[in-house]
Amino acid sequence: MGKLTFSMGGVHPHDSKFARERAIEELPLPQTVYVSMAQHLGAPAKPVVAVGDKVKVGQVLAEPGGFISAFIHSPASGTVKSIAPRKDLAGNPVMHVEIAVEGDEWDPAIDRSTDLVTAIPEDKAAILDRIKACGVVGLGGATFPAHVKLNPAPGKVAECLIINGAECEPFLTSDYRIMVERPKEIVIGAAIMQKVLGGCKCVIGIEENKPEAIASMGAAVAELGYPGITVQPLKKRYPQGGEKQLIDAVMKRQVKSGGLPIDVGAVVQNVATSLAVYEAVQKNKPLITNVLTITGDKMPVERQHNYLFRIGVPLSFIVEHAGGIPDDAAKLISGGPMMGKAISNLDAATVKGSSSVLYLSEAATRRHPETNCIRCGKCADACPMGLEPFLLNRLYKAADLEALEKNAAQDCIECGCCLYSCPAHLPLLDNIRQAKGQVMGVIRARAAAAKAAAEAAKK
Amino acid sequence: MDKKYIVSPSPHIHADVSTTSIMRDVIIALCPAIVISVLAYGWAELLVLAVSVASCVLLEWAVTRWMLKKPSTIGDLSAVVTGLLLAMNLPSSIPLWIVFIGAVVAICVAKLPFGGIGQNVFNPAITGRVFLLVSFPAQMTNWTPTPGFIPLPDAVSGATPLGALKEALKSGSTIPQFMQANHYDMASFLWDAGASAGEISAGALLIGFVYLLIRRVVKPWIPICVLGTMALISALFHGINPDIYTGVQFNLLTGGAMLGALFMATDYVTSPMSTLGGIIYGVGIGLIAMMIRYFGSYPEGMSFAILLMNCAVPLLNMWFHQKKYGRA
Amino acid sequence: MTQTIIWTVAILTVLGLLLALILFWVARKFKVEEDPRIDEVEKVMPGANCGGCGFAGCRAFADAAVKATNLDNQYCPVGGDDVMQKVASILGFTVAKKAPQVAVVRCNGTCANRPRTNEYDGVQSCRVKAALYSGDTGCSYGCLGCGDCVAACQFGALSMNPETGLPVVDEEKCTACGACTKACPKHIIELRAKGPRGMREFVSCVNKDKGPVAKKACAAACIGCGLCAKTCQHGAITVTDNVAYIDFTKCKLCRECEAVCPTGAIHGVNFPKELDKEAVKKRIADRKAKAAEAAKAAAEATAAAAKPAEKKEVANG
Repeated sequence: MGKLTFSMGGVHPHDSKFARERAIEELPLPQTVYVSMAQHLGAPAKPVVAVGDKVKVGQVLAEPGGFISAFIHSPASGTVKSIAPRKDLAGNPVMHVEIAVEGDEWDPAIDRSTDLVTAIPEDKAAILDRIKACGVVGLGGATFPAHVKLNPAPGKVAECLIINGAECEPFLTSDYRIMVERPKEIVIGAAIMQKVLGGCKCVIGIEENKPEAIASMGAAVAELGYPGITVQPLKKRYPQGGEKQLIDAVMKRQVKSGGLPIDVGAVVQNVATSLAVYEAVQKNKPLITNVLTITGDKMPVERQHNYLFRIGVPLSFIVEHAGGIPDDAAKLISGGPMMGKAISNLDAATVKGSSSVLYLSEAATRRHPETNCIRCGKCADACPMGLEPFLLNRLYKAADLEALEKNAAQDCIECGCCLYSCPAHLPLLDNIRQAKGQVMGVIRARAAAAKAAAEAAKK
Repeated sequence: MDKKYIVSPSPHIHADVSTTSIMRDVIIALCPAIVISVLAYGWAELLVLAVSVASCVLLEWAVTRWMLKKPSTIGDLSAVVTGLLLAMNLPSSIPLWIVFIGAVVAICVAKLPFGGIGQNVFNPAITGRVFLLVSFPAQMTNWTPTPGFIPLPDAVSGATPLGALKEALKSGSTIPQFMQANHYDMASFLWDAGASAGEISAGALLIGFVYLLIRRVVKPWIPICVLGTMALISALFHGINPDIYTGVQFNLLTGGAMLGALFMATDYVTSPMSTLGGIIYGVGIGLIAMMIRYFGSYPEGMSFAILLMNCAVPLLNMWFHQKKYGRA
Repeated sequence: MTQTIIWTVAILTVLGLLLALILFWVARKFKVEEDPRIDEVEKVMPGANCGGCGFAGCRAFADAAVKATNLDNQYCPVGGDDVMQKVASILGFTVAKKAPQVAVVRCNGTCANRPRTNEYDGVQSCRVKAALYSGDTGCSYGCLGCGDCVAACQFGALSMNPETGLPVVDEEKCTACGACTKACPKHIIELRAKGPRGMREFVSCVNKDKGPVAKKACAAACIGCGLCAKTCQHGAITVTDNVAYIDFTKCKLCRECEAVCPTGAIHGVNFPKELDKEAVKKRIADRKAKAAEAAKAAAEATAAAAKPAEKKEVANG
């Protein structure tokens, strides 16, 4: 089978997957966990527990705060100490439920055995309900509630479920580890989602720099024998794991600007989400754990880890457990080096989507001084959305919102390829991200005005 | 956290590329041609190169420092590239003060007044060269080859092949007669066309350009279009009347065709950013250059062609954009 | 030769005439009828096109003013009352005078007061920085120091003080157009009344964190203790969300709040004399003592007056 890739742009950073051979270890529980109420895209969840309540592992802590929102479960057993704003990793206050950990008592409804359950329930609605009730969200980065994505609007038909095992971000190895260690669960999860979507075909896309994962996933697919599931090797190229890029690579279709993947018949879910779906549907286990990589560019491999952590564990606890911050670390990042967020508050708690703690040295991460744009066009060559970052940057500085919209600033996926490849070290993405926000504001305001006008006309 | 860690927006890593590294690659790519020209024309050529580079760098340093009062940009090596390209467009016998004037025009007229690197509309080296060509036509076109380190097999004195040809055609001889009279051999032109540093060896320039392609510094579209257009037009005209129109090989291997197409037309700053724009730009240069060669009074049209198409770049950038994802 | 010259001159003359005719025709055909008063109004405007009035520029302002039925909703902060009077006289309106205002930076988180907790390494833009995180100090409300306000100011009235890392307003140049207040993502800059001879009193902090948190992040933070509000005799100070605010329409510039503020978050500027905190505190104490005495006396008086009632009460008790 040929290796596929997306049609435009992209860059080739060194993959730096130093922690690839480090097997997943289970992280112990700290004395206190802090569960954020905003762990997913959409409205924050509303707490349903009160201070002083005793909770068990897996018990519901909060319910969805809107249509696009998700349930949140307790990652530990103990007493609710407080429900108050606490700073997230960017230092912004977010509502958190603080739980003082006492023992490790699980909700008895959760099947904690390691037995593989291969029989998939028949009732689609029941499966969807279970995915929703277990608070499963997309773990590829955007943390979009999975049950919403798996339940396309009427009239929209899913033709292809793409399971994203690209893990194109350098350094990260958590998806790789689960594909090597738990391939069967992932395949069953994929089969469950395939069933919910009405039996469409399913493609598991994995980048070529992970041959062991391709092999293990291929073996699991063959062994379990679900119909219509294939493993598709992909070329190594960032941002292969971007939703739009993956659809382009696998299906040779492009999602229209402002459209959704389902418009071209695609549903994309990450391998970690697939595992979470398996655990939710087959084991009744809510999304309270995830795998996270501790890695860095100057870090000895022995100190790098892949941890199975409980959501809500403070980052500082994980860092301490892994032996503290290396001396030559200059920047701490949650997520990959291309799209991850720099950590300014290490006391922040992990969330469902946490995928790594990455230490980068001064040499690797310090920005170089800006110089003049030499109009080389490398940013435009690198942009996987076919945008012209140099132009958007200029228009942003001129505050020309109209031209920004015309030149599709709102299509930016913030992958960072432009800034990565700029020889003049211009802060392209910094500015384009702002431009995108402003243009989106204009578009939303216009849509709202149009809606209001339509309603007024109706009356 | 006692230590102050860095916080910045993503991405957190950067490709190992900078303006300096790109300019360094261009300098490396020019080396083969420089070596051949120095071997052919000796100390005089080396002196022209040295004076040109030194004046460009010094002028840029002085002007940014004392007139613009901005941080100096000589570290990005762009002035070195300008100096090299300018020198490669000059005959080795040229008086050094003319070289300096060329550098003044390149740096202080074409480059810095527009805002320095990245902002100039016209290629500085070509602007300098054209200024000299117009101001000092005798010194620029007529010259005696200076003694080289290796003897040239067919040292022609007086004019470049294109210049000599123009004269010959004016005096009524035909091209085959001219070729025979001068013992021109197309195969040897690849390495030794008997002209200024940048024109002497198309082969060496091509080697350098392949290096740039491998390093992904430039894309091949513009040179392909320039040379392709030139080849097409000369094939056409040569086919119609071989007596007065020169052939494909002669046109591609003489004059600044190679240097212009490979190193000047591909200058980032003064070429269009989109592929389609680049194709039009390249075709335009080839077309204008050939028109000047065939019908103009100048023997060589590459510099004028590039300068003229430089004017069209802002327009091409405005008209042609690259294809966007998910938009028809 | 002569022929050539004659021909050239003739052709150029004819061409010139032809083009002139076309231009004349176009000018006639596409002429836009405009109220001549728009030009008149525009002439008296400052011409900075800063947008401080809320319109795209001075001409847009003039256009709107001519079409309006009164000038209540329009004000040119740059030209101030002088310009507004002129505009009003051209259009035959009357306008009320407005107190001159000035931009005030409400953050005193200098490098010394507010230790840095991390190092920002992105583009020097407050907007970008604010979108990314809470800032490179412990205070998530204070000045980010990238100078978006300086860039927004059309009048060169703002500059960054390299020592404090905070913007400084040049009161002479500030026209109170409000561009900086919109540019600041933390909403630190406020337009406040310039005050008599430029004297004014304001709380130089917007930190909404609880006292101890705010204090830990910045030595000059308002900790929301409310002392100032209790001291103020004019009801000018309110404390909401752990931060005090002085209403400049009520402030009488007595500087008592400034004297009692434990963190020095309240600033008084352009006063002729330096504030003698002790003297003011003594004055407050004396007044309080007097008030207490008076209250005591009053209480005694009422008690005396109410004695029969008290007796009655006792009897009832």
